[in-house]
Amino acid sequence: MRENCVIKTENLTKEYKLGVIGSGTLRHDLQSWYARIRGRENPNLKIGASQFTDSDRFLALDSLNLEVNRGERLGIIGSNGAGKSTFLKLLSRVTAPTDGEIKFRGRIASMLEVGTGFHPELTGRENIYLNGAILGMSKAEITSKIDKIIEFSECEKFIDTPVKRYSSGMFVKLAFAVAAHLDAEILIMDEVLAVGDAKFQKKCINKMRELALSEDRTVLYVSHNMNTIRQLCSRCIVLEQGKKIFDGDVETAIKIYLGSDSGNAVSVEYDGQYKEPCRRNDIELLRAEYFEKTDNKFYGDEPVLLNLLWKNKADIKNLCLRIEVFDSHRYPVTAFIIENFYSGSCGDTASMRFRLNISRIVKGGYATRYIFYDKQNPTLAFENVEVATGLGFTKIMPEQNENPWQKSWGSVYMDKIEIDK
Amino acid sequence: MKNSEITVVNSKRGLFSLNLRELWSYRDLVVLFVKRDLKNVYKQTVLGPVWIIINPFLSSFIFTVIFGMIANISTNGVPQFLFYMSGNILWSYFSSCFNRAGSTFLSNARIFSKVYFPRLVMPLSGILYNSITFLIQFLVFFILTLVYFVSGQNVRPNIFILALPIFMIHTAFLGTGVGLIVSSLTTKYRDLNVLVSFGLSLWMYVTPIVYPVSQVPQNLRAIMLLNPAAPIIEAFRFAFLGSGSIEPMYIIISVLVTAVLLTFGMLVFNQVEKNYIDTV
Repeated sequence: MRENCVIKTENLTKEYKLGVIGSGTLRHDLQSWYARIRGRENPNLKIGASQFTDSDRFLALDSLNLEVNRGERLGIIGSNGAGKSTFLKLLSRVTAPTDGEIKFRGRIASMLEVGTGFHPELTGRENIYLNGAILGMSKAEITSKIDKIIEFSECEKFIDTPVKRYSSGMFVKLAFAVAAHLDAEILIMDEVLAVGDAKFQKKCINKMRELALSEDRTVLYVSHNMNTIRQLCSRCIVLEQGKKIFDGDVETAIKIYLGSDSGNAVSVEYDGQYKEPCRRNDIELLRAEYFEKTDNKFYGDEPVLLNLLWKNKADIKNLCLRIEVFDSHRYPVTAFIIENFYSGSCGDTASMRFRLNISRIVKGGYATRYIFYDKQNPTLAFENVEVATGLGFTKIMPEQNENPWQKSWGSVYMDKIEIDK
Repeated sequence: MKNSEITVVNSKRGLFSLNLRELWSYRDLVVLFVKRDLKNVYKQTVLGPVWIIINPFLSSFIFTVIFGMIANISTNGVPQFLFYMSGNILWSYFSSCFNRAGSTFLSNARIFSKVYFPRLVMPLSGILYNSITFLIQFLVFFILTLVYFVSGQNVRPNIFILALPIFMIHTAFLGTGVGLIVSSLTTKYRDLNVLVSFGLSLWMYVTPIVYPVSQVPQNLRAIMLLNPAAPIIEAFRFAFLGSGSIEPMYIIISVLVTAVLLTFGMLVFNQVEKNYIDTV
């Protein structure tokens, strides 16, 4: 490990089992075990369920390699389920990796939650001691810093009041003040700033930056709030489905995350890219294209005409397609569905044009995802056969109301309210 | 001052990779947890910490009535109340150490899922907290013993009372050792909890708490004393009340069993703690 490197991960992998772990009761586990040694069928197995399928396992983090240098302020972004929190959990040793390893230099202080271990009955001062000790400080260290902590928390007046009487804002301030004064060389924060007011958020970010710049501390910060990432971080990685898809400067990372990178494309050739793994990959999507468009802007009531070209890798019966739409923050907006629209044999290629009515979607940029699925026979569940990142689109809409539509109102237009007589 | 020690985290954890030095560096946290518990147990109760004393008095009183007066079990001439109280306080010390250690993983799941510190901090602070409670109860018991002694009752405290710290450590380690094993198992099998509370009260009745060993038929006595908790209680009573006996051989067996249980408990605990948060 190089002298300047404070965190190094190699092939870091975390696997979770899906569904119920064990049966939860000793009796059932013993039954299953007894059946197994007699070579009988497990009485607790659901009928028709195969015992170990790939889909039972889920890689929350998939061989992550990362090096972080001293004094860096690393932002970690990615959509929900990308593995950010898993990564922080592994780093803070709450749980152990399934494979690979982490090496770090010095102490890690992690704030995965605000005020971990705060006890409502104890006073602010007592909680500073308790929380500080939980985060790894000794009593003497805390005593030497308690005045600074109290001052930073802006809770001087209430410091000898039980924290159960605190407002949630004060609670956060106090908790953050403790974390900010830790002596640890590495600070880990998971969206903890999301709760404080704007002024305090700014103060915290400045404090973090100051710690990194003047004392060479290393800060790892996870957030969905791109503004705080911009203000705090000097480097950023983007995670997607447990994999690192980008590592570098903050602005590019944010662009990639928000999907505005592939912003204006009207067609995409899939050559193995932009695909997500699925268990039964019976279809290979080759190309997606907006029909007779030069850009991906759609005006008013204009429908999206989407050409998809795919190849059957097995016999396909009653194929279904779902097109999911996300807004620029990766929150799902809606989905278009067509069921049982196609059957074909192995090796065929097929091309179809789909018409999507997006008139109800409000103005703005959207990302999409194409999911092909079917069921092999009527008794089985639906399974995905191909999942791909789709083309984005921008909706442009003349204002229908005098008061312009705000993004915070949602992403779907409804009919005007009518007066009921 | 820069700390530049390199820590390695990986999927493997050696069977004996118990990091006691790290545990020592968290000693302040242990003390703070004890303080927190002391401050909080009796919050919003009328009598507050007085409960610590009322508890053994009440149960000793009930024992005196049921086992002493109604069932008429002999106490070898020792004042009944004192006899039951001696067994009672030591057993409740044992069972609370057991319960604290036994519920480590389940009752701390929230905090364990958010922050890392050596998990053994929890059972350790449990031992300390219970020791304080025990010492308070013991003090009352001891004063009572002296009162009986001075008033000429059949009570004979002797030189073995100096072994009190050893009695305490032995009891705490036994309870905690078994508790750690239980804690590691209950993360996966919740129904074990029911079994455990039942087992604990069963255990109390096979331990000479409500009767002296001398009341046990001769042929069962050897088996009875193999119960690692039995020789401690017997020796404790002998030291403070002069009833019963100290059986060196059984005490040695008990010490060995305790050592094995505690070591095993810590090893299992150490294995479970690294991943349990995924399954709890």
